Amino acid sequence: MTSPSRQAGRSAPFLAPAGVMLAAVTLFPVIYILWLSLEQRSPVLGVTQFVGAANYLRLLGDARFWNALANTTYFTTLSVALELALGLAMALLLRRAFPGRALVYAVVLIPWAVPTVVTARMWEWMYNADYGVINYLLGAQINWLGSPAWAMHAAILMDVWKSTPFVALLLLAGLQNIPAELYHAASVDGATRWTTFRRVTLPLLMPLILVVLILRTIDAFRVFDAIYVLTGGGPANSTETLSIYAYKVLFQTLEFGYGSTLAVTVLACIALATAVYARLLRGRTA
Amino acid sequence: MSRIGRFTALALVALWSLAPFLWQLITSLKPDPEITALPPLLPAHITLAHYAAIFTGTPFLRLMANSAVVASGTTLLAVALGALAAFALAKLHVRRRTLILALVLAVSMFPPIATVSPLFLVINALGLRDTLIALILTYTGFALPLAIWLLTGFFHKVPDEIYFAARVDGCTPFEAFRRVLLPLSAPGLITTAILVFILSWNEFLYALSFTATAAARTLPVGIALFPGLHEIPWGEIAAACVAATAPVLLLALGFHRRIVEGLTRGAVKG
Amino acid sequence: MARIRFDSVTKRFGDVTVAQDFKLEIAHGEFFTFLGPSGCGKSTLLHLLAGIEMPTAGDIYFDDRRVTELAPGARDVAMVFQSYALYPHMSVYENLAFPLRNRRTPAARLDEAVAQTARTLGLGDLLDRKPRELSGGQRQRVALGRALIRQPRVFLLDEPLSNLDARLRLEMREELKRLHAAQRITTVYVTHDQEEAMALSDRIAVLQQGRIQQCGTPEEIYRAPANRFVAEFVGNPPMNFLPADALRGIPPLAARLVPSNGRDLVIGVRPTDIRVQASALDTALQAKIVLLEPTGADLWVVGEWNGQRLKGRAETGERLAVGETADFVFSGERIYLFDRASGARID
Repeated sequence: MTSPSRQAGRSAPFLAPAGVMLAAVTLFPVIYILWLSLEQRSPVLGVTQFVGAANYLRLLGDARFWNALANTTYFTTLSVALELALGLAMALLLRRAFPGRALVYAVVLIPWAVPTVVTARMWEWMYNADYGVINYLLGAQINWLGSPAWAMHAAILMDVWKSTPFVALLLLAGLQNIPAELYHAASVDGATRWTTFRRVTLPLLMPLILVVLILRTIDAFRVFDAIYVLTGGGPANSTETLSIYAYKVLFQTLEFGYGSTLAVTVLACIALATAVYARLLRGRTA
Repeated sequence: MSRIGRFTALALVALWSLAPFLWQLITSLKPDPEITALPPLLPAHITLAHYAAIFTGTPFLRLMANSAVVASGTTLLAVALGALAAFALAKLHVRRRTLILALVLAVSMFPPIATVSPLFLVINALGLRDTLIALILTYTGFALPLAIWLLTGFFHKVPDEIYFAARVDGCTPFEAFRRVLLPLSAPGLITTAILVFILSWNEFLYALSFTATAAARTLPVGIALFPGLHEIPWGEIAAACVAATAPVLLLALGFHRRIVEGLTRGAVKG
Repeated sequence: MARIRFDSVTKRFGDVTVAQDFKLEIAHGEFFTFLGPSGCGKSTLLHLLAGIEMPTAGDIYFDDRRVTELAPGARDVAMVFQSYALYPHMSVYENLAFPLRNRRTPAARLDEAVAQTARTLGLGDLLDRKPRELSGGQRQRVALGRALIRQPRVFLLDEPLSNLDARLRLEMREELKRLHAAQRITTVYVTHDQEEAMALSDRIAVLQQGRIQQCGTPEEIYRAPANRFVAEFVGNPPMNFLPADALRGIPPLAARLVPSNGRDLVIGVRPTDIRVQASALDTALQAKIVLLEPTGADLWVVGEWNGQRLKGRAETGERLAVGETADFVFSGERIYLFDRASGARID
């Protein structure tokens, strides 16, 4: 006669199809990959062997892994910082209404809508050392994608171009949620624009900024598409991120065991970053 | 900031967002000799040869059809399954509702690289390598968190009392869902569908890993692997980029308001 | 027309207990009201009757048939919600037809029923409109129509008039009374407006925090409130409460207080039962006037006496001014005694 079990029965058929799908395509693979990371597995050679922690030990001694980790961290830190700063600036710029604002919104969405692969090829063309428009406009002859020093930053610039709109739009929505009266009150209280920004806008926006940071950090850390197409991880592995390295081990050398181990490290890093941010977020909103 | 300052800043922002694509468009219309001769920026002659080349000389159209089928199939499946789940989460008493939503959110944070190898092995074992269905099913799994998150929010906006009224008027939960909740959430369904479509159209890693030939390859893979025997055919690549982007670009420009609403809804509510 | 019975119904939402061991019987064709302040659980009781919520424990019976686990659609109840809950995407016609469509009513009969209901409620011209094109009163009538169209066994109304302006509210109140007299469907009504409850109901249950304080006819509840809560909640303007000890010196109160023998009591008198006049009487309480409220038909006078405030009624023409002293005359019968601690009425 009581409700809970009956009501659970009622909602189950609605939740089940999506639940099964999610379990099959996401949860199950994650469990499977943890298992795979403990194996030495080569479909081509027909090898399947449990090796336990050997893959992880191999990880520690793998210089290329550490290089990839460093690249990924560098890429993430710089990209996210730039995207946040520029995104905030854009959001502040777009905040007030002006004629044609809808049009600007639409244009600002373009980088987000363009497929990542297309983005990579567009920038590849622009970065071209001989015929690229960037060198032309700068009057320079920089080998953007061919020199280790420049390649990573070229990739970062491309990612900033692609992802800043997303950040800007989210922050803009957050800004629009701050009641206008607070700004009126601040101006009546004699606050300058900078003080108002620092003491009213920024604190109120902070929870959203943290959310944006989480989302962007995760996306930047797991980056694959754009860099793979732009540089393939080169030159000399200077732009090789963890995902790219893992992909190569998986699908080029076909080592499914060790490749999975590499992929698991990406998962672990993301989980760690999320936990840190979540703790910060809870601290703020508590 | 002064009016002029703002205007300049806005113009810069707009130009910055538009420039790379615009350049690609210009390149695609330049005849080959002009592409490698810079200045001038703008083409002296406009040619459609590159477009003709990709449409006739490469499997481009086949790839486009594949992309269309996969994106549409994913959209239909993800929105359908997502709507059912979102309905339960928004309107029926689900006991561990917050836990489920948190789980859904967590799943969306998995890096694709972490699931590509297990999925590859399974897809291979099932003999589904190089098929569109493999992509559709995989993409649906990954679009579901977004769909569920968005649709739960949209369904929440429909007042509970309207759902109650439908039940009191004799509807089963499913009938109330179908005849009352869905029509009232049509805008939300459209927004979700657009976002899922764009994300599916643009996906690369799984398509790269699970397909081998033009039978199932999608546009992003085609563009990444664009063949170049001696020299890189920049003109053709540019044309391919423009053609591959056109559909989603039109969607984004046409529905930008909905898209912005959809993207910000999840994060701002948070 | 059904008889309704709550059999030891308990409803908990997580840690919050909204109703505990609730027992009640509502008769055939009765107009029964749950009256109480916001948050007292009255809407929840209605949801339990409708089947929108299920009890945590206990059962609900319609005519001796256990309906506790029946879906709302299977109980043959109709409900009017506070927000009307009209289907925004359907026309008035479709809104009215919806319950009948769900029962697979044949087209001809459906059409006739809609026409009939529209006629009864004056909605004939509005059948093609969408809810957003209607006024508040019109929407209300559509909500009523949708509920009545299938002649339910039980009719549930959740504060249906609270969103209407004052005049419309009175009009609709009459309409509801008329409908009930004509159709005699068992009706369960929820409101926080005590005047509305008194005007419409056969019986009222006054609720506080999920517990019935008193259950009876409007007359009983008004004249013989069971405790201080009921006495204070019902009646407009609200009853005055004064410490009994302080008033011993004033006849006829002294006589009234005799049976108290030293218990700590509170006296309750309605403002309508206190006559205020300018002239001096030995038998009256003299208080300084602090506020005058002329309402056209009445002149309410608030006086201050020994740190207590009380309100009484004067003749409209009476010459009274703020700051002056006036007589507050009590009539013996309409004085209530309440235990200070428990609030129960002593008699």
